[in-house]
Amino acid sequence: MLIWRPDHRPTSEGGRARAAARLALGLLLLALALFALALISLATGARAIPLENVWAALVAFDPNATEHRIVWDLRLPRTIVGLMVGAALGLAGAVLQGATRNPLADPSILGIHAGASLAVVLGVALLGMTQLSSYVWLAFAGAGLSMLVVYSVASVGRDGATPVKLALAGAAITAVLYAIINAILLTSPRTLDEVRFWQVGSLSGRTVDIALQVAPFLLIGALLALATARLLDGLSMGDDVARAIGQRVGLSRGLAGLAAVVLAGASTAAAGPIAFVGLTVPHVARAIAGPSYRWILPYSMLLAPILLLGADVIGRVIATPGEVQVGIVTAFLGAPVFMALVRRRKLAAL
Amino acid sequence: MSMATYAGRIRTLRHAAASRRRSTSLALLTALGAAFALALYLGDYPIPPLAVVQSLFSPLTGLTDRSVDFIVLQVRLPRAVLALLSGASFGLAGIIFQTLLRNPLASPDIIGIAHGASAAAVFCIIILGWTALAVSVGAFLGAILTALAIYLLAWRDGVTAFRVVLIGIGMAAMLAAAISYLFTRARLNEVQQAMAWLVGSLNAARPEDCIVLGGAMLVLVPLLIGLVRGLDAMELGDDTARALGATVERSRLGLMLVAVGFAAFATAAVGPVGFVAFVSGPLARYLLKGTGRGFPQAALVGALVMLVSDLIAQHMLPAVQLPVGVVTGACGALFLLWLLMSSGRSGRIN
Repeated sequence: MLIWRPDHRPTSEGGRARAAARLALGLLLLALALFALALISLATGARAIPLENVWAALVAFDPNATEHRIVWDLRLPRTIVGLMVGAALGLAGAVLQGATRNPLADPSILGIHAGASLAVVLGVALLGMTQLSSYVWLAFAGAGLSMLVVYSVASVGRDGATPVKLALAGAAITAVLYAIINAILLTSPRTLDEVRFWQVGSLSGRTVDIALQVAPFLLIGALLALATARLLDGLSMGDDVARAIGQRVGLSRGLAGLAAVVLAGASTAAAGPIAFVGLTVPHVARAIAGPSYRWILPYSMLLAPILLLGADVIGRVIATPGEVQVGIVTAFLGAPVFMALVRRRKLAAL
Repeated sequence: MSMATYAGRIRTLRHAAASRRRSTSLALLTALGAAFALALYLGDYPIPPLAVVQSLFSPLTGLTDRSVDFIVLQVRLPRAVLALLSGASFGLAGIIFQTLLRNPLASPDIIGIAHGASAAAVFCIIILGWTALAVSVGAFLGAILTALAIYLLAWRDGVTAFRVVLIGIGMAAMLAAAISYLFTRARLNEVQQAMAWLVGSLNAARPEDCIVLGGAMLVLVPLLIGLVRGLDAMELGDDTARALGATVERSRLGLMLVAVGFAAFATAAVGPVGFVAFVSGPLARYLLKGTGRGFPQAALVGALVMLVSDLIAQHMLPAVQLPVGVVTGACGALFLLWLLMSSGRSGRIN
């Protein structure tokens, strides 16, 4: 019987530095992989463009060459939106799981997607909106409002916003919002017809305008999220320990929630509600990088766009000349990989 | 303090807990009775209360009024009974999973089992063109197969709660993506039909549905009562339970099968009505204030939520019959939010 197990975690100063160096190298490799994937994304589509022409289009743009125009006008905005949305979803999921200490927490469970969806559904049903770019502000406002309600409901009471109350309040608000959404969709076929394509989550038809609209929010949200890493590490020890080492638990959770809502709201605005990425990527990041959010957050930020962009490329290849929406491919591609990981590695409980 | 005082104090506490459980159940039963009576009495065709009672006993007394009997016995009674049975089933399925997996978010409508039923039903409606009973059978098989797949995929030298939850959400994501994909590929009227099924409704309740679901519950409830004793040890965590000598794996598998049975039969009867399974457990435990595990109370809460929601769905708007699934989300969620906000303490949920 094995009673004593040697602990492999580095305890010496030098060991810790080596582990950090290894993790940093991993980040670098992921960044390179992402860059390569972005180039492939520029090359793939209804009309395949050789990589050297893609490169030429990027460094020496010729407005008369059709291929150059395709790269700049269609595929570059789409790829950039994919990169931004992926990074945002990964970060948002990791931050929410850390703040609520629940492995199931993600933007779709904490009411953010439901809020964004309801806002878009109302916009389509009542105001007759049909333009993707007009959905952006609606979705963003809806996401923000619903997260605000979730957070204030969870903070009522003596002990403030505890993880369990946050998760339950989020699920409850989600249910209320979906009740309204379903009532509208059942009674208005026109809205159902319009929204069913947005609801899948897709990068197709995303223009520079949309990228520019959401970019500032994503930047601010990402910086805020990365800044909460230390606070999340504190929270992961439990509220009592965090309080004992002098951390302001409520404030930490509020900041993390704010970062998540800005990120998830903006990404939903740009690409529709994509559920799977934020939920699962942080678990993979945790399996690679260990328990500290100082590493989990950057790993999530790079792994998520790899999943999203990879799925988008595959979605364009398998159905040429049409495409399968990225939300669908992400789930079909990511879920088996995720399940295999769950089986093979001992994913850490929160 | 002497031993005798301790013993006395424990006895007083036990007594207080038992009386809290009793009063909670009694209050829930009273509310349930009132809602049931109201469900038999209310309707487009006005029937005086006395005639309703007469009609209920007409099979015994032989006093009949054909039209009244038809409305009471063939329309209102099956509908109310089906609401009661399906609500109780959902409530039990939810609380079993939440208890087994030790996560208040881990109800069958989140960890993929409801998704399995839904995806199967949508496939039957959109691809196979089936209707009514055939769709129910498809949904039932979908739920069972999904649960089986989750369990097998999570199996690796036994099953841990955490792995079941993660595999479940991976499965849920894939199935949700499949539904979205079918939605984008189908004609609008098929999407509408599928959407109506997904929301869940009691509009087509027939006596046969009650008999099938009731029969299933007659088997499942005794099984549950037999299996529930192993739970006390299991709630302490897998390792502790094993150390205490509980046959963790067998009881867990048994309980999961029972929970899947409840969820599958109820879903086949009324569709994947949202949120009842999720909300019943936390509500029951809030009402008990930590004095019990709350299985019977969760069944009562589920039945109550379903019955009241259906009353609201039928009679809120004079011209429209809303499907019950639209209301359960709102109704259950508002109840949960009210409890979250009115109780100063949390942590009485998991």
